[in-house]
Amino acid sequence: MMLELRDVTYSYPDGHRALAGVDLSIGAGETVALLGPNGAGKTTFVLQLNGILTGGGRVSVDGLEVTKANLAEIRRRVGVVFQDPDDQLFMPTVAEDVAFGPANLGLRGAELDARVDEALEAVGMAEHRHRAPHHLSYGQRRRVAVATVLAMRPSILVMDEPSSNLDPAARRELAEILRGLDVTLLMVTHDLPYAHELCRRAVILDAGRIVADAATSLILGDADLLAEHRLELPYGFAVPDPAA
Amino acid sequence: MGAGHAHPLYREGDSPVHRLPGEAKIAAAVGFTIVVVATPRHQLWAFGCYAVLVAAVLAAARLNPLWLLKRSLIELPFVALAVLLPFVSPGPRFVWLGMHLSLDGAYGAWNILAKATLGVWASLILAATTDVSSLLAGLERLRLPRAAIQIATFMTRYIHVLSGEAKRMRIARLSRGDNPHFLWQARAYASGVAALFLRAYERGERVYVAMLSRGYNGRMPVGAAFPPARGADWARAGVLPAAAAAIAAVAMIA
Repeated sequence: MMLELRDVTYSYPDGHRALAGVDLSIGAGETVALLGPNGAGKTTFVLQLNGILTGGGRVSVDGLEVTKANLAEIRRRVGVVFQDPDDQLFMPTVAEDVAFGPANLGLRGAELDARVDEALEAVGMAEHRHRAPHHLSYGQRRRVAVATVLAMRPSILVMDEPSSNLDPAARRELAEILRGLDVTLLMVTHDLPYAHELCRRAVILDAGRIVADAATSLILGDADLLAEHRLELPYGFAVPDPAA
Repeated sequence: MGAGHAHPLYREGDSPVHRLPGEAKIAAAVGFTIVVVATPRHQLWAFGCYAVLVAAVLAAARLNPLWLLKRSLIELPFVALAVLLPFVSPGPRFVWLGMHLSLDGAYGAWNILAKATLGVWASLILAATTDVSSLLAGLERLRLPRAAIQIATFMTRYIHVLSGEAKRMRIARLSRGDNPHFLWQARAYASGVAALFLRAYERGERVYVAMLSRGYNGRMPVGAAFPPARGADWARAGVLPAAAAAIAAVAMIA
């Protein structure tokens, strides 16, 4: 299993129970959408995967358990792309930002340059390597944010609301990039059509528990299930029939 | 679009001065300024020689002298007081354009004006030929405290994000009829500043989490992409302070 969670719980210091026993297994190469309403615990869930937050239960990534001693390797294996690219891109230039992760892994010189080129190439941003993040469009910044974790050659790519604030063209371009990557993908979103487009499997997280786990088309086709967890398809959108 | 790491003073170019590593240029500019400050003020010729040195570096950096002069205006508020010195200082007097001026005061004014101007020129040339990243890498290699460099790194990046947020908040305030020209409407402005502070604080937390997620361990790989200065670079950058030191030595003996 690429990602395995067993009875993962987490409570914030104020007593709010954000995760109430999460079990989830994701195999290598799978594409999974984590759906859920606001406040369902999605972001808390993501931060368990790379040990930023640790609560009860067990989390392991490609067989390696998330423990304090393993944190450096865990954070290489789990590439988290956060929702706001301005949180992720903090170095003066695109290239330096993409180099941040691999440099933390100890890469230097030509090897580091090659890694930066490879990651920027993968998201189609190679010609912008010397620009400052604030000179890029929002869509370009999101793509660079993806490159910053690809540069660490992660085993699993975790994206928090990847389509938020993107115009339709940028949204499509990002989808094309994500489809072209050879990596296990976990996408946290409430953009249901985007989940359908990119992920074969979907799970619903609500009130800190996984309440549904099935093929994305089945989940999105179950209007009652969606309504029960405050999820809705956009007006006019119908899930294409998988049998057709 | 120019290189993104440009700050307002940076002039893009590919001159021998641009190519020098940041640490060598910073050390040269600081060294030159110290030598200038240590020069006896009555040796007027020495300051002329320093100006020639600056002009030579300016030419090597292919910078426009007009740009340098315009930017030097920044020192005006600092040297404005110096103009008063010849009028108010005590001591022997001399007549110039019908005015009775203090000799000591005139030297004092000259001392401030000449040294400040040369220092400003050295800093401007450093800023014009060194981009932010190379400047930060240079400071790190010169063993400036790590925390200070990290703060500077974040500042250069987030000043744009924060000013963007401040602008949007201002427009939203104005759109709801706020008119900050009146003193009693300063309250909205003040709470805007407080909200901006909170937002910046929260963003700081999120940025830190994003950094941890990419393996941050307390040390920034600033300048990993910049090769450190080699002997030849130090020698090239050292020409300016060395020449200045030679001039200063003659000025002190003479």
